[in-house]
Amino acid sequence: MSESASAPAPVSPQQVLAEAARLRRTLAGGFREEVVSSIYTEVERVSRRAVRTTGTSGTDLDQRIDHVVTSRWLGLPLMVLLLAIVFWLTITGANVPSAMLAEALFAVEDWAAAFSTSLGAPAWLVGFVWHGVFRGLAWVVSVMLPPMAIFFPLFTLLEDLGYLPRVAFNLDFLFRRAGAHGKQALSMAMGFGCNAAGVIATRIIDSPRERLVAILTNNFVPCNGRFPTLILLATVFVAAAFPPAVASLVAAGSVVAIVLLGVAFTLAVSWLLSRTVLKGEASAFTLELPPYRRPGVLRILYTSLIDRTIFVLWRAIQTAAPAGAVIWVLANVHVGGQSLAQIVAAGLQPLGWLMGLDGVILLAYIIAIPANEIVVPTMMMVYMAEGMMTDVPSVETLRALLVDQHGWTLLTAVNLMLFSLLHNPCATTVMTIYRETLSAKWAAVGALLPLGLAVVVTMVTAAVARLVWGV
Amino acid sequence: MQTPSSACETCPVHTEMARLGAVTTGVDAVVALAGNPNTGKSTLFNAVTGLRQHTGNWPGKTVTRAEGAFQFGTRRYKLVDLPGTYSLLSASQDEEVARNFLLFGRPDCTVVVMDASAIERNLYLALQVLEITDRVVVAVNLIDEATRRGIEVDVRSLARDLGVPVVPIVARTGENLMALLTAVAGVASGETRTTPLRTAGTAEFERAVQELLPMIEAVAPGLPNARWVAIRLLDGDAAVEAALTSGELAAIVARQLQPDRRFSDRLALQGAQ
Repeated sequence: MSESASAPAPVSPQQVLAEAARLRRTLAGGFREEVVSSIYTEVERVSRRAVRTTGTSGTDLDQRIDHVVTSRWLGLPLMVLLLAIVFWLTITGANVPSAMLAEALFAVEDWAAAFSTSLGAPAWLVGFVWHGVFRGLAWVVSVMLPPMAIFFPLFTLLEDLGYLPRVAFNLDFLFRRAGAHGKQALSMAMGFGCNAAGVIATRIIDSPRERLVAILTNNFVPCNGRFPTLILLATVFVAAAFPPAVASLVAAGSVVAIVLLGVAFTLAVSWLLSRTVLKGEASAFTLELPPYRRPGVLRILYTSLIDRTIFVLWRAIQTAAPAGAVIWVLANVHVGGQSLAQIVAAGLQPLGWLMGLDGVILLAYIIAIPANEIVVPTMMMVYMAEGMMTDVPSVETLRALLVDQHGWTLLTAVNLMLFSLLHNPCATTVMTIYRETLSAKWAAVGALLPLGLAVVVTMVTAAVARLVWGV
Repeated sequence: MQTPSSACETCPVHTEMARLGAVTTGVDAVVALAGNPNTGKSTLFNAVTGLRQHTGNWPGKTVTRAEGAFQFGTRRYKLVDLPGTYSLLSASQDEEVARNFLLFGRPDCTVVVMDASAIERNLYLALQVLEITDRVVVAVNLIDEATRRGIEVDVRSLARDLGVPVVPIVARTGENLMALLTAVAGVASGETRTTPLRTAGTAEFERAVQELLPMIEAVAPGLPNARWVAIRLLDGDAAVEAALTSGELAAIVARQLQPDRRFSDRLALQGAQ
């Protein structure tokens, strides 16, 4: 350091440490404990003078609620029930507005394309802009907006009430057994909103080892970008096999099942990591259970609709528009009588078959690497670009398209849900892992570990299903 | 004795307050928000800056440093929302963010936000902050909740004992916000003299600190809170030792003057939920 070089007696950091060590020896042992205990004495003195307690009415109710919500036998079932209610409300509430939005936006597409053509725009431009980019946007908005607008306020409500720390409390024993930190339950809960935010939320974990475990496994809870995929598949395939009266219940149930499976994978992979590359014991921690607070309804609506919903939707739109353009090009550039999309999808078909999926689905996943939100829309666009579907999409036409024309089975739907749950995190999350760990190695592990797991799990499921049921 | 009209001019009710959002350039003073987790720092931050930092009823929600600004009277202030922390000796990364800023960010005023229902536990951090800086205002938040539970906080007694202004507030409804900002303005400008409560160490301990101080200042010129560093070194804190020898301490100090750039502003501000 230039300043110290000009000083009469330059001092090196090592000399400071040596001096500190020398001085420490001159002090009575345990001087630090003395300082700490004198602070505590002051704290007690000051607070005794300033605080007067006249009753405990408020805490009584809180304690009674906590007694049930965090109880040994009821805690977990109540949590699952709450989750199921949230998904059921989301699924039943989103159906109608989704269909209406889709109808309106696809009408706009037809009208705008016709109008552009009448103005003399060349066919390739009309196709690229309206049937490519705009159609991509329309899909994203109609599939994602209604579920998000219902799911986010419900989630924010629970968060404002103070339910999240109770979730961490309930799950603590599971995480401890997996060799992970109990606060990982909190970063996991944040992951339901956005995995990138979940990765940042792991900062509350003090041990670097446990923090890394939490970062690498955050992807196993589906973020809101992947929820629409899961909800759509659950509605179109799983629920469709049941009578309409219980269909939405079944759909909600299967989304809950997938989420629970995600939590199970989080725990299992944490356990594996804690016993292999990230060896170590779970550390103890204290967690405050804050009082339940009455949520501010207006603020919740504002936060969840403006900040969360619009933010996520905007991000999806930004990635969906280029994806729509790429798909249009892939579908409309022909080489030797086949479109590029068909050629690539055919190349991916063998791997897709092994995983119980197909080439088009894998192609959609590759195009959608920047953002998970757009996988289903991308898939639909690739199928549609092959000229198979001209109708306004409804649940029935969608089902008809996938089942009748593309040979989807229950296995395809289940494996797609599994793949969506497990596969690699989106580009933003991978970047965030890199920024938080400052390590390209861990960022690569964070991306490839889930991907590898997703491929293996879907292959096993497909093989078992084919062997046992001859699907 | 003030005349009624001059008293009116200085009355908080008449001071204009403006939320300046995320524009933090050209400010006159820097104000930091410290406190235990889940005491309402982010709610207060939002009420004063007009920003929408992610809030929620659980400890550990803020993990990064968020910055916003407000105008009070004629002066502009930068307000820094920090992650909650129980002590200045903490180890997790979010708590380190808070500690580093309080120690090395040179705030002109540190507001310690306390939960009125848990004064005793919250005082531990408050006393630690008082050890390192004179410029402190204590905000006793969630007064309404405490009242509901039959807990009464005598803010005068607190102010007398701590030697700094203590203001009861309800951040959620904005109650008493003006009084808080008046206290902050006084402390930040140096007009309000504080006499912070300090727990005296032994004479030998104080002598050792004084002996070590000039050496630390020679190694790291201009280091804020060299006294705290000296105490940590005497205590044999391995992390502080490493930070000093590797030159990281200087880097940490420099980083406090920059906005937290390791994540996108959107993510830091809203938790991107």
